[in-house]
Amino acid sequence: MADKNEVDVIDGKQLQDKYLREEMMPHIFCNGCGLGNVLDYVLWAVEKEGLDLDKTVFLSGIGCSSRIPGYINADALHTTHGRALAFATGVKMANPDLNVIVFTGDGDCIGIGGNHFIHALRRNLDITVIAVNNYIYGMTGGQVAPTTPEGHIGTTAPYGNIEPPFDMCEMAKAAGATYVARWPVFRPHQPINSIREGIRNKGLSFIEMMSPCTTAYGRRNRFRKIEDLWAFYEDKTILIEEYDKIDRFGTEEEKEELDDKIKIGVFKRSTRKPLEERYRDLLEEFK
Amino acid sequence: MFWDDKMTTDLEKVKEVLGPKKQFVHGDTAVCYGALLAGCDFYGGYPITPASEIAEMIASLMPKVGGVNIQMEDEIASMASIIGASWTGAKVMTATSGPGFSLMQENIGFAYMSETPAVVVNVQRSGPSTGQPTLGAEGDMMQARYGSHGDYQSITLSPNTIQETLEFTIKAFNLAEEYRSPVFLMISADLGHMREMITIPDEVDLVYRKTPKVPPEEYVPFGKGKYGKEKVPEFAPFGTGYRTYVTGLTHNEFGFPATDDQQDHDKLIRRQIEKITDDREKLTDIEERMMDDAEIALVSYGIASRSALGALKIARDQGKKVGYFRLKTIWPFPKKKINELSQKVDKIVVPEMNTGHVYHRVKEYADCEVKLVSKIGGEIISPKEILEEV
Repeated sequence: MADKNEVDVIDGKQLQDKYLREEMMPHIFCNGCGLGNVLDYVLWAVEKEGLDLDKTVFLSGIGCSSRIPGYINADALHTTHGRALAFATGVKMANPDLNVIVFTGDGDCIGIGGNHFIHALRRNLDITVIAVNNYIYGMTGGQVAPTTPEGHIGTTAPYGNIEPPFDMCEMAKAAGATYVARWPVFRPHQPINSIREGIRNKGLSFIEMMSPCTTAYGRRNRFRKIEDLWAFYEDKTILIEEYDKIDRFGTEEEKEELDDKIKIGVFKRSTRKPLEERYRDLLEEFK
Repeated sequence: MFWDDKMTTDLEKVKEVLGPKKQFVHGDTAVCYGALLAGCDFYGGYPITPASEIAEMIASLMPKVGGVNIQMEDEIASMASIIGASWTGAKVMTATSGPGFSLMQENIGFAYMSETPAVVVNVQRSGPSTGQPTLGAEGDMMQARYGSHGDYQSITLSPNTIQETLEFTIKAFNLAEEYRSPVFLMISADLGHMREMITIPDEVDLVYRKTPKVPPEEYVPFGKGKYGKEKVPEFAPFGTGYRTYVTGLTHNEFGFPATDDQQDHDKLIRRQIEKITDDREKLTDIEERMMDDAEIALVSYGIASRSALGALKIARDQGKKVGYFRLKTIWPFPKKKINELSQKVDKIVVPEMNTGHVYHRVKEYADCEVKLVSKIGGEIISPKEILEEV
């Protein structure tokens, strides 16, 4: 592995050679799925930040997104549904020298793992959380998720979802993450920069990736082709800076349109001592 | 010890923190003392009666020995956190009672599948559900065997004094490390809250999980592999360059998912079970008293065995040929020993603080008459109640 690490990566092929486990291929992701993009962006961020993969642990829960760590040639803990952040808390507290990156999905993170999510945010360990939001339970075949937009179809909401969806970034901001961002996968540069910033940030960084699921979500919601889903996200999203501008100075008409939009961008940058540092301080008192 | 080096334990430092050699403490305290003497680096827990005293004492002692204590948001997370910590090479423990034990079952299953060393203490109270929070029971014995879904083999210890609680906690850590497995220490609330004089041992034999001696490219994290005959694979902690993929999915010996193949699953699970059942005789731990001429054997464990001892004395005073046969290891079940016993005696009486968890196992392997003396509701079974069957 050491010799691979010395190569300067300049293209995607080299990135794959350096970081992926060949023996795990072919991967399980469907055509048009955004998870490959997310994996790609994380690896570029890891490369650009120069993370030592011998000292980096990737964790995940259950769901499509949680299969990502399997493809990365590093220590990885593919855990139980919704619990990745609780496992990550153990890893980071037990060995703060390790870089910890957690992959989770929308159902995994804010559905079954909601409580662990809130408390991981509150504790603010120095870890990076990549939540891949496909607005549906993809792995199990398209059941409605806590993030599914109102009116959209899931196999367990055949007449349209009547529940209001959850905004994971709002929760992350409120419960204490120190870095919060959301990007659709079809914009490569911003996510890579956000993940890099998240890795550098001393505290819990939460990055939501809006990722298309054509198989379990798109099909049932009249996005027949991947392009339709990308176009929908493009139309639906608005940069936070733009949003704030309209919110302040826009006309009533423009403001009304905001209700239907999903904000993207970097929502929060702040500083708060991570839990493992606080624990280190406590240990110092007894030395 | 902890953030510096997990593979050593500063016993002198621990003894200094624990204080006087002789102390009058309750079972929950003895668990904490045993854990620290065993080199516990990490505790993740959640408060629950009657095990909260363990979390409280650990919170007070852990920083003094350089270990980590964290109170998680629930028992699901407690179990998750100790597994995560264990994969960095830490010796880990959590403690709970019935309701928490139920919540932990999900990740206990993950610990079996991923062969993660971990100690889980259950200070039992009456159930199901919230039951009698402050009263003792031993109604989780079958949950310690079959609580999580799927096939696996549990190692479960059951002490009956405070001194033994301390010693068995150390033993639980050693077995967890040796077998790369969760190990359960089951005590009742009565033992958890009862005080007795204990002696802190001068010397402690400690076991540490075996780490690979081969380079990463030759390391086989989940199998006998071509490099070893042992059924317990070597353990490479995260961050040591071995780049292990750990999953709860059925996996091949290299750790990669193999969910479609019957043989892969069969091979994995049978090895995981056999690594423990192959050592059944070695793991069996039985205390016998007055068994030489016994015609009736009192097969007991845990808090009920103290009443069995009382019953033994009364019966012998009355001239009855009764013997005392106490199981200190419940799982793996000492089936050979029970069968041998049943050839020697005419009758076996099993007093239990549940409706017959171990009784049915005894019956399965015994060739003689087996009677259950069952008591639930939070009152300890009395010698008199046991004698009614003698």
